[in-house]
Amino acid sequence: MATMRDIKRRKSSIESTEQITKAMKLVATVKLQKSRTRAENSRLYFNMMYSTIQEMLLKSQGISHRYLKPGTSPKKAVVVITSNRGLAGGYNANVVRLVTGSGLKPEDVRIFAVGRKGRDALARKGYEIAADHSDVINEPLYSDAMEITRELLSLFEKQEIGEIYLAYTSFKNTVSQIPRFMKLLPVDPEAAELKGGAEGEGLKPDLLLMNYEPDETEVLDAIIPKYVSSLIYGAFLEAVASENGARMTAMDSATNNAEEMIEKLSLQYNRARQGSITQELTEIIAGANAIEG
Amino acid sequence: MAETMKLQVITPDKEFFHGDVSMVELNTADGELGVYPQHIPLTTAAAPGVLKIHQDGQVKKAALLSGFLQILPEKMTILAEVCEWPEEIDGARANEARIRAERRLTEHSPETDIARAEAALQRALVRLSLVEEH
Repeated sequence: MATMRDIKRRKSSIESTEQITKAMKLVATVKLQKSRTRAENSRLYFNMMYSTIQEMLLKSQGISHRYLKPGTSPKKAVVVITSNRGLAGGYNANVVRLVTGSGLKPEDVRIFAVGRKGRDALARKGYEIAADHSDVINEPLYSDAMEITRELLSLFEKQEIGEIYLAYTSFKNTVSQIPRFMKLLPVDPEAAELKGGAEGEGLKPDLLLMNYEPDETEVLDAIIPKYVSSLIYGAFLEAVASENGARMTAMDSATNNAEEMIEKLSLQYNRARQGSITQELTEIIAGANAIEG
Repeated sequence: MAETMKLQVITPDKEFFHGDVSMVELNTADGELGVYPQHIPLTTAAAPGVLKIHQDGQVKKAALLSGFLQILPEKMTILAEVCEWPEEIDGARANEARIRAERRLTEHSPETDIARAEAALQRALVRLSLVEEH
């Protein structure tokens, strides 16, 4: 049986752990509120972008455009968005598992890492890290998304990569974040389920008369890079919100577990204390009896 | 009262502008474009330039640096990657960007991306012109 001192030491150590997890939970809650508003504000832009692109592709079916067909290179770029810090439950591991379980061969994949945790985990598994933009995820800006898009598109145009994927965590609500793996390029006109949005509305009659200036190809040339950056930017914001949500949930259950353990240890401690008092009393009485007798 | 149409300007972070307007002027890849209500449906990319919004007899100006637009007879949507009101522009920074871009263009070193430097110069000039007016 553990001595009173051992139990006490253990209890105080768990108490300080609880303080840390409680503080982390509070911080994550505050950050979550901020990042959630940001993610929600960006959805308007994203949804408009998405529906415009879908309408254009529907209208210009059969158009041959360099961004609409896969490149000749077998290499695939994967933008992996994770966090720079741990202690967020399964948040980072889930994204990493998406990449390893995607069916892409590790030797064909070039990772564009945003977030240190994902970068390190994938590097350990033998993936090639082509670029590292981990600092971005601390404070994602739209210009960061543009920068990454430029880098990816120039590689795509040079035929160094044939396809571009994006792995991130989409934010559904505080307790539920869903890791997603999606194809950025070539844009697949059939993939109408890329992400929730303004789908299922059908073409409005106005759009059937839509004109493109100078012409469809050039408009696609201009819009697709913006589309890709908006997807990446949206993914950044969703990922940050998800990270904080995941951390909040993880720290909440850690705090609960610590509380439970402290309760159990208090019980054990009291029992041990009572036991030692009883024993002392028995000894004293036995001693007194011996003197009297 | 003149006819109006809905204008919505959206940037990745927020809804930049929303309201009923009588006319909109901006720069596109093909040159300047003025849009009145009942315009034919049109989708095109915006070039760096000053966005002029005519509303209730007043003209609001903003720097529209990158984006594209969709025009319908009663509604116009601008998806702007970068769009700023004059008071949001940092004049000193824009001036610095102008000088940097000009230098890059005059140096003619082989690794300079001419198109990119020109675009940067154009953006800086648009911002500066708005700051000076402001």
